[in-house]
Amino acid sequence: MISEKDVKHVASLARIHLKDQEIGRLTKDLEKILDYIHKLNTLDVSGVQPTGHVLPLKNVYRKDAVRPSLAQQEVLKMSVEQQDGFFKVPKVIE
Amino acid sequence: MSQAPKQKYETVIGLEVHLQLDTATKIFCGCANKFGEAPNTLTCPVCLGLPGSLPVVNEKALEYAIKVGLALNCTINPFVKFDRKNYFYPDCPKAYQISQYDFPICRQGYLMIETAEGEPKKVRINRAHLEEDAGKLIHDDAHNCSLVDYNRTGTPLMEIVTEPDLRSADEAYRYLQDLKLTLSYLGVSDCDMEKGSLRCDANISIRPMGEQKLGTKTELKNMNSFKAVKAGLEHEIGRHFAMLESGQSIVQETRLWDEARGRTFTMRSKEEAHDYRYFPEPDLVPLMLDNITVEKVKASLPELPMQKRERLMQRYQLAAYDANILVQDPVLAALFEQCAARYADTKKICNWINGPLMKELNERKTPAATIGLTAENLADLIKRVDEGVLSNLAGKDVLTFMIDTGQSVDTIIKEKGLAQVSDDSALEKIVAEILQEHQDIADQIRAGKESAVGFLVGQAMRKTQGKANPKKIGEIIKKTLSQ
Amino acid sequence: MELHALTAHELLGLIQEKKIAPKEILDAVRERIQTIDKDVKAYIRLNESRPDPGPCPIPIGIKDNMCMVDQETTCGSHILEGFKAPYDATVIDKLKRSGAMLIGNTNMDEFAMGSSTENSFFGATRNPWGLDRVPGGSSGGSAAAVAADEAIWAIGSDTGGSIRQPASFCGVVGLKPTYGRVSRYGLIAFASSLDQIGPIAKDVTDCALLLNIIAGYDNLDSTSVDLPVPDYTKALKKDVKGLKIGIPKEYFVEGLDPQVKDAVRAAVKVLEDKGARFEDVSLPHTEYGIATYYIIATSEASSNLARYDGVQYGIRELAQKVRKSPLLDMYDETRDIGFGPEVKRRIMLGTYSLSSGYYDAYYLKGLKVRTLIKNDFDKLFKDFDALIGPTSPTTAFKIGDRVNDPLSMYLSDIYTVSANLSGIPALSVPCGFSKEKLPIGLQIMAKPFDEEMLFRIAYAYEQSAQWHKQKPKL
Repeated sequence: MISEKDVKHVASLARIHLKDQEIGRLTKDLEKILDYIHKLNTLDVSGVQPTGHVLPLKNVYRKDAVRPSLAQQEVLKMSVEQQDGFFKVPKVIE
Repeated sequence: MSQAPKQKYETVIGLEVHLQLDTATKIFCGCANKFGEAPNTLTCPVCLGLPGSLPVVNEKALEYAIKVGLALNCTINPFVKFDRKNYFYPDCPKAYQISQYDFPICRQGYLMIETAEGEPKKVRINRAHLEEDAGKLIHDDAHNCSLVDYNRTGTPLMEIVTEPDLRSADEAYRYLQDLKLTLSYLGVSDCDMEKGSLRCDANISIRPMGEQKLGTKTELKNMNSFKAVKAGLEHEIGRHFAMLESGQSIVQETRLWDEARGRTFTMRSKEEAHDYRYFPEPDLVPLMLDNITVEKVKASLPELPMQKRERLMQRYQLAAYDANILVQDPVLAALFEQCAARYADTKKICNWINGPLMKELNERKTPAATIGLTAENLADLIKRVDEGVLSNLAGKDVLTFMIDTGQSVDTIIKEKGLAQVSDDSALEKIVAEILQEHQDIADQIRAGKESAVGFLVGQAMRKTQGKANPKKIGEIIKKTLSQ
Repeated sequence: MELHALTAHELLGLIQEKKIAPKEILDAVRERIQTIDKDVKAYIRLNESRPDPGPCPIPIGIKDNMCMVDQETTCGSHILEGFKAPYDATVIDKLKRSGAMLIGNTNMDEFAMGSSTENSFFGATRNPWGLDRVPGGSSGGSAAAVAADEAIWAIGSDTGGSIRQPASFCGVVGLKPTYGRVSRYGLIAFASSLDQIGPIAKDVTDCALLLNIIAGYDNLDSTSVDLPVPDYTKALKKDVKGLKIGIPKEYFVEGLDPQVKDAVRAAVKVLEDKGARFEDVSLPHTEYGIATYYIIATSEASSNLARYDGVQYGIRELAQKVRKSPLLDMYDETRDIGFGPEVKRRIMLGTYSLSSGYYDAYYLKGLKVRTLIKNDFDKLFKDFDALIGPTSPTTAFKIGDRVNDPLSMYLSDIYTVSANLSGIPALSVPCGFSKEKLPIGLQIMAKPFDEEMLFRIAYAYEQSAQWHKQKPKL
């Protein structure tokens, strides 16, 4: 079953910093939920096609025609922080 | 590095090329697909990945992708879907990239290249798929921050992945050159590595000669020109040799090419763990590419470089070398064929195009497509030179003038008085002058040094500003001196 | 009678007869909100502007997950606080064009994750029929606003029952249209393959009128369907004589409150008397619905909610001390502080089920079971015009009762998730009250794009039963 180590790994994939007490509680919650979900294992799905879309839609396109973009100030109005027309973020270290 | 280990090992390279497609709009929204605009001026809710926004596939991007696939001899998948590739990075506004995982548009193709030894080689394409480009990050060290521009976000991008078929940096370079040429024929991308419209990552490994199993590979990034790809790969291959030869093992990692220092170095990993959690993009529906769709695109394909090369060689009896030069630029190749329709000496036409015309273009730093040289004018020019009306030298001057003005060869000859002088009495007068000025050379010729005649001919040409008929001048010199 | 207590079709009639001015309706509803929203807490924020009334000047509450130009939209979450979209959702655009008065953002479970509206960063909404009870969720604010006459209409979104279950708990009519019937463009996604916007109204007629406005193809949503939109009010006039309706036996098993069961049976009797024919049927994979739903919904959500990372908009939280790097710490902190416990739980579950090594066992398996569930419906709809059962196994539960037991909360969606998994339309219409005077909902399901069938049956039932005339005492 899911361990605290798994939960920490998943939290790092999901980019959520969990506090220690949260990890314990989440591990228990997830264990219970996964245990419930495992009822699916009683079903034989061999040969069953997965359903990603409920509708038989296909080939939906748009024409390659330009539509107006948003103005720069309108875009940056939303930003948490901006500088010289850019969105500003903490330094990315590569 | 010494030669010996090179023969002991075999280099194995696979390339991943990212190609920006030249559509009018982005792949999933109507924002203009343009380079070099002010930051964050070509964005909308969709390419900014704003809450609630949804993507819709640009049909042109799909058409271009099919085109590329067909030109690379790929199978076009009848069922295609998009998937989400999840990762956090500030240039990726949804924190996932819409890409293609298990049902890419194109799979299993190849590109024929020519090795340094002149041998044809098939480079297999594993797959080619469509995805969206990320934004641009600028690192501002002065303010200890990074800045994001989302203009590039959503530019249609094609990822073209080869099998590990390349055996040297030179082959990789040749593959890229030929790929670029093929793509430029399709007109789907400007393939400018400096602008980033074509980007190339490489997987490199080496293995003992005869060994089937692949060695540990490294991935090499940050090569920003065709030359950099060659240099970076050569360096990285050398590093592999040196490591193995000194008994060390290769670490599987991503490395960056440092152009300035001429070396590769380990890239610090973007994230601790790479688990992209691909899953089908629920906001886009599958694409069913039936035969009719694919055939329609196929019918729109232009003649590709390899086909053109073969045809030029066969139809016009051109040497492989000449044909190769012509196909590098479809505009020149077309000019050649139009000239060939007007004048029979195809070898001469080819020489004029690959020689003086190319020189003019290089000096002007302008592509052939932008000059106003018509095939009619060029063919007439070559004709006049062959007829002896113009000397070769004067012909080249006429070409320069022709490109500048678009005038016909006869008009230029008339206006500039460039017609070649073949009149015996006029030429004899010039020869007399030359012999007078260069008595020492004349004596040498009299003494049997035939090769000095050329010098005197050159002097005569100079004196007449190229108008003299050099053949006749030579004859007159020899005749005069033998009397 | 007070204007706020009337239905949209009644008000439109009065306007047409020039008995009232549009302004009076807006004033009446705003006054009602002033008086009672401190108790009900249906709204997160109100729109104070006074747009010019159009042909359909009906005050409408909008769930807080639909983008509106220059208006804050937060999805009931701290992480989106301050976010003002630079665009209108397609549904918002259609409503504005119709002249409807958008009066405010209604409360919801954070990112529509919940069945009680307790998971809102802005506090819980209360059920107008019992202020100690939940209104259901996640569109609890929308359902409560309509039930309490704080809005004439409301817009909700339904991913696993989020319109129908609160409609049932609050004694109003709620419809989840067929997937693809209403554009999702501008609806802040929870689970993209399940989400659908729908109307919440005081009666079936109003529900049909509102669907007329919001339904239709949208070229900005690749999953919207290009089918003509009928005038849904025309379906109301057809009777139910000869209709063949199935009653899935799996909807009447252990866990179903006997009072709910009785009310549903009584409703069946009413429709039988009007000439509908009923037959017991089976949806054999019903019991796998919740498990399947939670895998698919959380997987999609884990990806949909990844963009809330502090880079562009909303809140940004920086670490006090650098742990990994300033950027990674910003992601980690922003998402830790910005999301509530239920959202985190679901992001974790979804991330886990998509992660390397687990995809086949969870997500892929979920998609396959989804096929089985959909097949159950496809098979039945070859023979039946509609299916009928309870919307929820219970009436509204007490605030706080289930917050610490996520699984029991999830199980309250047991009858509603299947419609989302199979894409079919489903409607909840009031069918009585419990002895505590809490509303009970009847769920009607039909084949894809046959919303008309739902309106037809629901209207016929409503006209006989008249439950919709009852109002909570506030």
